Amino acid sequence: MSGFARGGFSLWLGATLAAALLMIAALSFVWTPYPPAAIDIPHKLAQPSLAHWFGTDSLGRDVASQLIAGARVSILVGVVAVGIGLVFGVALGLVAAFRKGVVEDSIMKACDFVFAFPALLSAIMLTSTFGPGVVNAIVAIGAANVPIIAKLTRATANSVLAREYALAARAAGRGPLAIAADHVLPNILPALIVQATIQFAIAILAEAALSYLGLGAQPPQPSWGRMLSDAQNVLYNAPRLAIYPGAAIALSVLGLNLLGDGLRDALDPRLRARS
Amino acid sequence: MALYLLQRLAVFVATLVIASAIVFAVMEILPGDAAETLLGPTATPEAVAALGHKLGLDLPLYVRYGRWIAGLARGDFGVSYAYGSPIAPLIGASLAISLPLAAMAMALSAAMALAAGVYAAGRRGRAGDAVVIGLTQVGLAVPNFWLAILMVIVFAVWLRLVPAGGFPGWADPARAFGALILPAVALGVVQAAILTRVTRSALIEALDEDYMRTARAKGVSRRAALWRHALPNALAPVLTIMGLQFANLIAGAIVVENVFVLPGLGRLMLQSISNRDTLVVEDCVMLIAILVIGLNFVVDVACAAIDPRLRSRSA
Repeated sequence: MSGFARGGFSLWLGATLAAALLMIAALSFVWTPYPPAAIDIPHKLAQPSLAHWFGTDSLGRDVASQLIAGARVSILVGVVAVGIGLVFGVALGLVAAFRKGVVEDSIMKACDFVFAFPALLSAIMLTSTFGPGVVNAIVAIGAANVPIIAKLTRATANSVLAREYALAARAAGRGPLAIAADHVLPNILPALIVQATIQFAIAILAEAALSYLGLGAQPPQPSWGRMLSDAQNVLYNAPRLAIYPGAAIALSVLGLNLLGDGLRDALDPRLRARS
Repeated sequence: MALYLLQRLAVFVATLVIASAIVFAVMEILPGDAAETLLGPTATPEAVAALGHKLGLDLPLYVRYGRWIAGLARGDFGVSYAYGSPIAPLIGASLAISLPLAAMAMALSAAMALAAGVYAAGRRGRAGDAVVIGLTQVGLAVPNFWLAILMVIVFAVWLRLVPAGGFPGWADPARAFGALILPAVALGVVQAAILTRVTRSALIEALDEDYMRTARAKGVSRRAALWRHALPNALAPVLTIMGLQFANLIAGAIVVENVFVLPGLGRLMLQSISNRDTLVVEDCVMLIAILVIGLNFVVDVACAAIDPRLRSRSA
């Protein structure tokens, strides 16, 4: 299998899965088979059927509807957390690349430092101070994204700034902001897109873990992580309930990771040989 | 090397000081003091003030920070608001589960990653390589706590080989060890996926180096050259990633402990959150930060010991 064929396969499979995730999340706003939070105790733990494609959970809620609506929180957390990472990370990374010396050193040291606090740990701290909720989860996951994007931005921006056209722009008297907007950002965009896709996947995993622990999405908001923790209470009666939400998380993450890999191959042919 | 060690030590201590200040700030300065949360919204202001005085919350911030740090250094973690007992033994008991669990997961993932990474790098671009890469993609996508739940379904619900969770205590080491195997596998597999990719690409890079051609030209076999020359050179990046991944491993352990109902550090923290026992959470977070920062310090030093080039570069 040639490198190109492999990149192409990753790209297509990843794009298909990611598009499916987005469409399911969009669909949930206009239609779910049942209201996702509607409790129906007489029909609890029903087997999968035409009426309930994936059966019902321990409170009689329709599992298919919850799965569809659960995509929303994953997308929301992913988009906002990656957005936070991009806004602050790119800004810090560019400042580090343009202002060498102490500024660069301190920004990079701070980034290393944030690595010591994984999203989950920050979320636990925030939760014990402010109480659980999606907002804390987003802040914690977003904060963990910042150093990763900042380091990538600085490294790629430095290599752009060393090119002749960047030097020429500087010699022509253009300011750092103009150079950043005209030369640096367009050239580092492919690398940022790839990294953002992968951070999106990591954000979905982190949100699921937080919601599973009860620190993320709160009832009645449907979320895949919480579905898993609910399912664990009836593991001996209905183990299938623990299969669906986990598979939904894994497929979404797999799709985004493959999309990231495929995009890297498509956008930056130089990287293809290495991976 | 002595100078390098001293510099790293200074950075290590400075990082710990900043980390402790941040943890203290997030947990203590932000709104809502512990006495208020403990007594609930119906408490009278007098009762809140009395409890606050008893807990030392009315002291100036720098005094409380100083007391906290001095206590930590002495191994005195303070008194739990919820249990009214010293925190150190609580943390000690939970570490007796979390540390062996993390160590087992780490050893497992290192062994798996080394084997799979060497295998894939040796067959770059061929079917075996593609299979390993495919498996790592799956490993990266599967949440560790879902893998844990799946293993509970298979081994406890269907096969009834092991109990679904709980910890028998270290009095019976064999059973205690047994209780940690499934959680360690769930944690280790995901870490192994990341480490396999790093090992593979570091090895592929090393395989392209001139010294490999020289070794082969001298008549060293492919296999021997890989193990004797490429692997030691590829080890520094792998070790570094292992160190960085340790923080994620601990975070993962918090979640996986919850699946298996293991009374480790993760469960202690979650219980303390629901008990509004802020000081316990604060101590636990700080302890994890110390572990993570400490391990990365050790990794840095180990890498410099393996690879002299790193000493001058990062000094």
